[in-house]
Amino acid sequence: MTHPLLNKKARAHMIHNAHIIETVGLEKSFIDGNKETKILKGIDLHIKRGEFVAIMGRSGAGKSTLLYQISLLDQPTAGKILIDGVNIANLNNDERVDFRLRELGYVFQDYALLPDLSARENVALPLLMQEIPKKDAYTIADDTLTRVGLGTRLNNLPGKLSGGEQQRVSIARAISHEPSILFADEPTANLDNESSKMVMEIFKELHKNGQTIVMVTHEEEYAKEADRIIHIKDGLVG
Amino acid sequence: MNSNLLKVGFFLAYRQVKRANIWTTLLIVIVMTLTFLNLVVVNGVLVGLIESSLQAFRDRGVGDLIITKLNQKNQIERSQEILTVLKSLPEVRIIAERYVGSGTINVDYRKRLRADERPNKIGATIVGINPDVEMSMTNLSKYLKEGRYLTSYDTDGILVGANLIYKYTPIENQAFQTLKNVELGTKVKVSIGQNSKEVTIIGIIKSKTDQIDSRVFMLDNEAKKLIGRPDANFDEISVKTYSQYGDKVVDDVKQALLNNNFDDNAKIQTWADAQPKFLKDISATFGLLGNMIGSIGLAVASITIFIVIFVNAITRRKFIGILKGIGISPRVIEVSYIFQSIFYALTGALIGLAILYGFLVPFINVHPINFPFSDGILYAPVPGTLVRAVILLITTIVAGYIPARMIVKKNTLDSILGR
Repeated sequence: MTHPLLNKKARAHMIHNAHIIETVGLEKSFIDGNKETKILKGIDLHIKRGEFVAIMGRSGAGKSTLLYQISLLDQPTAGKILIDGVNIANLNNDERVDFRLRELGYVFQDYALLPDLSARENVALPLLMQEIPKKDAYTIADDTLTRVGLGTRLNNLPGKLSGGEQQRVSIARAISHEPSILFADEPTANLDNESSKMVMEIFKELHKNGQTIVMVTHEEEYAKEADRIIHIKDGLVG
Repeated sequence: MNSNLLKVGFFLAYRQVKRANIWTTLLIVIVMTLTFLNLVVVNGVLVGLIESSLQAFRDRGVGDLIITKLNQKNQIERSQEILTVLKSLPEVRIIAERYVGSGTINVDYRKRLRADERPNKIGATIVGINPDVEMSMTNLSKYLKEGRYLTSYDTDGILVGANLIYKYTPIENQAFQTLKNVELGTKVKVSIGQNSKEVTIIGIIKSKTDQIDSRVFMLDNEAKKLIGRPDANFDEISVKTYSQYGDKVVDDVKQALLNNNFDDNAKIQTWADAQPKFLKDISATFGLLGNMIGSIGLAVASITIFIVIFVNAITRRKFIGILKGIGISPRVIEVSYIFQSIFYALTGALIGLAILYGFLVPFINVHPINFPFSDGILYAPVPGTLVRAVILLITTIVAGYIPARMIVKKNTLDSILGR
């Protein structure tokens, strides 16, 4: 059973928060043997709906860890996360999975495509999981792949695509179900200049259409494309 | 279970199997096929040894129904009345009447023996038959090891069961003695009570059925004289029914005889009643043994599938993490592995069934396994085989589910990052 707060229609009747993401005193620690290492030391964050935010910081600063917490891939040690008004702490595991499926989109540094599925199948999978009929899911997948310039590579397996093409399939998969927030973890780190620019063009286009984007990057050039840059230093917003 | 879970689970499983390494898939399917055959064939051969003995006991020995004299009687009383009733039943196809007497066979009857010398002589069951009827009833001539079959002119000829001759059954002890230096053409003296007759061995019978191979066969009229039977009663009557009526008709024939109270005059048994208890016990024991060996095979198959799915899942842990990360339910991922297990088990079982019924069973029927006491068949009735296929399927599903569940339960982010 889907949590009432996860129901898109139900939420449409709610007053939209200006902030789609809010964190209060967010902390994350890792325990290695007897030693506790605190990566995030109490982060208060507010990201507006439709905002394009870049998170930057030195290696080990905690920028990816922050992204994993707010994108529900990990659970914080302390603090509160509100996404579109939903207190994530109130969701059980199944509801978190369902929330990720319906509300969030992910672009990973290493593309994270499923090697047994073609480009079309990779993109259609989250739609099928949302009980969209296969024919419709494939149509949406084809349209989205065309939108990112891969209309001629629909049936290719990831192994037959270049790094840039794989990342565009990853973006297509992340946006095909029109998520509330698109998270991207170093999306250009493994790409050449040309492919990186192509990815950023897609992000800019999505942002122009009102997509909220949270992107972790260490590349100043691409961070500048965002509305706002959040610097993380020693586990705190700098 | 939500049907979408099954649909998406199948979607993932189908593509994973379709795009898997063909040799790996082939290897797993071969393991499953061999496991299935191990489950069915080991049991089938063990039980088949006894089943073939029981079948031979019916076909070559007692027939569908056997009427014998009561323990306290010397003959089947009212034999002619019994025969009249049997002949009136449309289900009855063949009736073989026999004279049976306990006697001796003496090879040294012409020799003068020393005081300490033991004669080459044994006790045996002497059976008087009508050769033509016996051919239809037990196909006796088919089991001639040497020599020729009896004709109605062989008043001085006998057929001797191989169990009575040392050459074929080289056992020598006080309890079980055999005739030595005996071959075709050897003259022997057959005695029942006070009556004796010199006869010639014209054939040796070896049918792997104790009841046949321990007997001496001669023409019915000659046996009747030896036994000294003054009336028209017999000692044994075998009945064969029309096989298309099935086994129930055998019970009906028995019932018809019981309705005439012939059980006061003779022991009336169906072939199933007459089966030696030790054969039934061996059949049950072999069945158990076969199941035990099959269970070991099943455990090996379970472990194989467990390892295959575990290795598959562990090497795909990152992708399982990604699936969970993008919102695919853990249950869908587990279902996809269950579907893969079902695919391996079903394919293995189907190929196994094709090999079993398309090759092994017909081949072994034509070329039975040569055992000393029977011609072993592969006993694999369809219902029992299907039960084993289902057992394999269920075991495989469990063996595939457990490792998938173990990997799916791991932390999503750790799986994605390979931590």
